[in-house]
Amino acid sequence: MIVMKDVYKKYPNGVVAANGINVKIARGEFVYVVGPSGAGKSTFIKMMYREETPTSGSIMINSINLATLRSKRVPYLRRQIGVVFQDFKLLPKLNVYENVAFALEVIEETPKQIRKKVNDVLALVGLTQKARMFPNELSGGEQQRVSIARSIVNSPKVVIADEPTGNLDPDTSWDIMKIFEQINSRGTTIVMATHNKEIVNTIRHRVIVVEGGMITRDEYEGVYGYES
Amino acid sequence: MTFASVSAVTVTLLLVGVFIVIMMNLNQLADNIENDVEIKVITDPAADVEDVKLLKKEVQETAGVATVIYSSRDEELDKMISSFGDELNLYKQSNPLGDALYVKASNPHETAEVAAEIGTYDHIYQVVYGEGKIEKLFNVLTMSRNVGLALILALLFTAMFLISNTIRLTIVARGKEIEIMKLVGATNSFVRIPFVLEGIWLGVLGSLIPMGVISFAYYELYTQWEPKLQNELFQLLSATPFIFQVNALLLFMGVFIGIWGSFMSVRKFLRV
Repeated sequence: MIVMKDVYKKYPNGVVAANGINVKIARGEFVYVVGPSGAGKSTFIKMMYREETPTSGSIMINSINLATLRSKRVPYLRRQIGVVFQDFKLLPKLNVYENVAFALEVIEETPKQIRKKVNDVLALVGLTQKARMFPNELSGGEQQRVSIARSIVNSPKVVIADEPTGNLDPDTSWDIMKIFEQINSRGTTIVMATHNKEIVNTIRHRVIVVEGGMITRDEYEGVYGYES
Repeated sequence: MTFASVSAVTVTLLLVGVFIVIMMNLNQLADNIENDVEIKVITDPAADVEDVKLLKKEVQETAGVATVIYSSRDEELDKMISSFGDELNLYKQSNPLGDALYVKASNPHETAEVAAEIGTYDHIYQVVYGEGKIEKLFNVLTMSRNVGLALILALLFTAMFLISNTIRLTIVARGKEIEIMKLVGATNSFVRIPFVLEGIWLGVLGSLIPMGVISFAYYELYTQWEPKLQNELFQLLSATPFIFQVNALLLFMGVFIGIWGSFMSVRKFLRV
């Protein structure tokens, strides 16, 4: 499903954010990516949805090589991947329903399909009652649920989450994790960068530790922890 | 977005429009001056009627000649009398002048060459065409046309930068929206379309005031001044087709600038 081979990334300012990363993530896996700030977690995540490109090496997602993917093809890759952000990235002028429908409008889905899919996914994240509300009327947890709904409305095979609970209180974080578990149980691969030790140690999954741009530990049913 | 951008389009198109009106009319003046240049061929007073007839035919057949108008020696003398006074009446007894041919070249810039060619024919006393002066005149006219064109182009470029900057400022506010669209899989053209449509709308709105002002002002100017310029070298371009042409040009420029401005401004945000 996701294969990174000898991935090396150096930014123009000289910072090496990936220094020979090799990793394979199978279909349906749930993977935590942990590590200290500045260790290269975000670059690792961003390279998966092609916001960053590796300086050398290859990244394959569903047999597409992201390192050589032409810019014109990037939108079609992103339609196969759902992305959830720490800061939600919702459009303030659109209500909950419209924010989720937006992801289907850009791929020019029919209005009938949009209605059906958006209502289904809002039911899944428990926001049916708040469909007409705007982001600034919602709590942080609710906004993150909208963001998750938007990421999965297109039924992607992979969901990539960059610290999705980073801005949320502990109780809300558990609720969000329950939704991710539910999505994973339907066969969707989930790659999640996180700093939340309690979650990683409680809901056990594969843990990849990134430090200094390298994978220093990769354990199934692992626990949170790194040296620095 | 709209107010700042529309006013930018309005101000610059108004300037461009006024400039175009001035330049087109100056161009018309230059054309008139050029078309007024003619060669006067004075025949040898000793030449008889048949000789002059043959000469006229020869001149008419010369390459680059557009029109030839014959004026007899008596008509020439009458012209002199009306210019210099009745004292010249005594020449009516024995007219010393030759017949004259007034020749216009099909391309005024080739007047000198045509005159030189005619000068080689028989039965000619003199060929006059303002030698030296018309070359200078043509140089001045060509230069003023080029300067005018350069000014219009410079103004258009300024307009484009001004407008694309104004649009960019307003698009910065929508940078987040574009970023999110790109992250959920929107293609560049999908993102661009609404901004380009907005650019077209903005261009149309921005060209309305300049079109109105220029049409009204030129129509007024034309109706007031045209009768006074009846017999002058400088003629205003006729109002009806000219106003429509300028309006079409302004509308086209407004729309073009709007599309171009949106295109350039969105481009930066598409690299997500």
